[in-house]
Amino acid sequence: MPSGENPRGQQLRVKTGVLILLMVVFGSAGDTLMGKGMRVVGPPAEWSAGAVGTFLRHAMASLTVWTAFACLLLFFLSYMLVLTWADFSYVLPASAASYAVVPLLGHFFLGETVTAIRWCGVVLIALGVALVGNTPPRTTEHVGDVAQTRVAAAAAKAD
Amino acid sequence: MRGDVQIGLFVLLLVVAGTSGEMLVSRAMKEIGEVTSFRPGAILRVVGRALGSGWMWSGLLMMALAFFSLLVLLSRANVSFVVPVTALSYVAAAVGGRWFLGEQVSVNRWVGVCLVCAGVALVWAG
Repeated sequence: MPSGENPRGQQLRVKTGVLILLMVVFGSAGDTLMGKGMRVVGPPAEWSAGAVGTFLRHAMASLTVWTAFACLLLFFLSYMLVLTWADFSYVLPASAASYAVVPLLGHFFLGETVTAIRWCGVVLIALGVALVGNTPPRTTEHVGDVAQTRVAAAAAKAD
Repeated sequence: MRGDVQIGLFVLLLVVAGTSGEMLVSRAMKEIGEVTSFRPGAILRVVGRALGSGWMWSGLLMMALAFFSLLVLLSRANVSFVVPVTALSYVAAAVGGRWFLGEQVSVNRWVGVCLVCAGVALVWAG
């Protein structure tokens, strides 16, 4: 995989960036709305099948939970698409901007208290995300390319 | 069962089921190959092909388990606690990506993942 200087690498980087942005927007909105909805629903009364069923029924009766679910489905669709070309270990940390966005949304929209230490954590997360974003999006060949790569590698070794 | 023990158990379930689910989905999507067209018809065909994969269904089952854990956790705790806690999956993801999917995780990526984890620990402590 070229390191991203050529047009193909640059295109891959832009495409990956847009899809990761969609993941962060829909993922953060989904998590925040789900938190808002589930706080109203409350935890299961006990761990019997009946009580868990009632818990799930109450959750499914909430419009906020459904809106959150729709956001999370869009998040999942973006995620599936980006994984067809980018590495899992690149996508997951790069989409970690949600960890900065969700406490902000929790604070401003749900009135949660976020302490100074927690904000320091958010800064560290942002630094980690920036570092991960500077590595090329794909390091592995497609499954179909693997055999060819092995043949090429064997030929190179024979030389 | 005490509340904090329950929260610990559901965090464990969320991290383990969520990370293995995502790795299984990742494996299914890699077999499909890179998506080059973003027209609705093309995207639907990709989704259709994905749903024909056994890896995808195993992944979806694990993700459903993780989703149930998320619902239970969010019914008990703040999103600004629950969401950062799910980042415990970063360690599992880097290790799983390296050993299960054969991805080469560079030193920079490892450092980035460690920074994210340290940040998550502070968020949790706060």
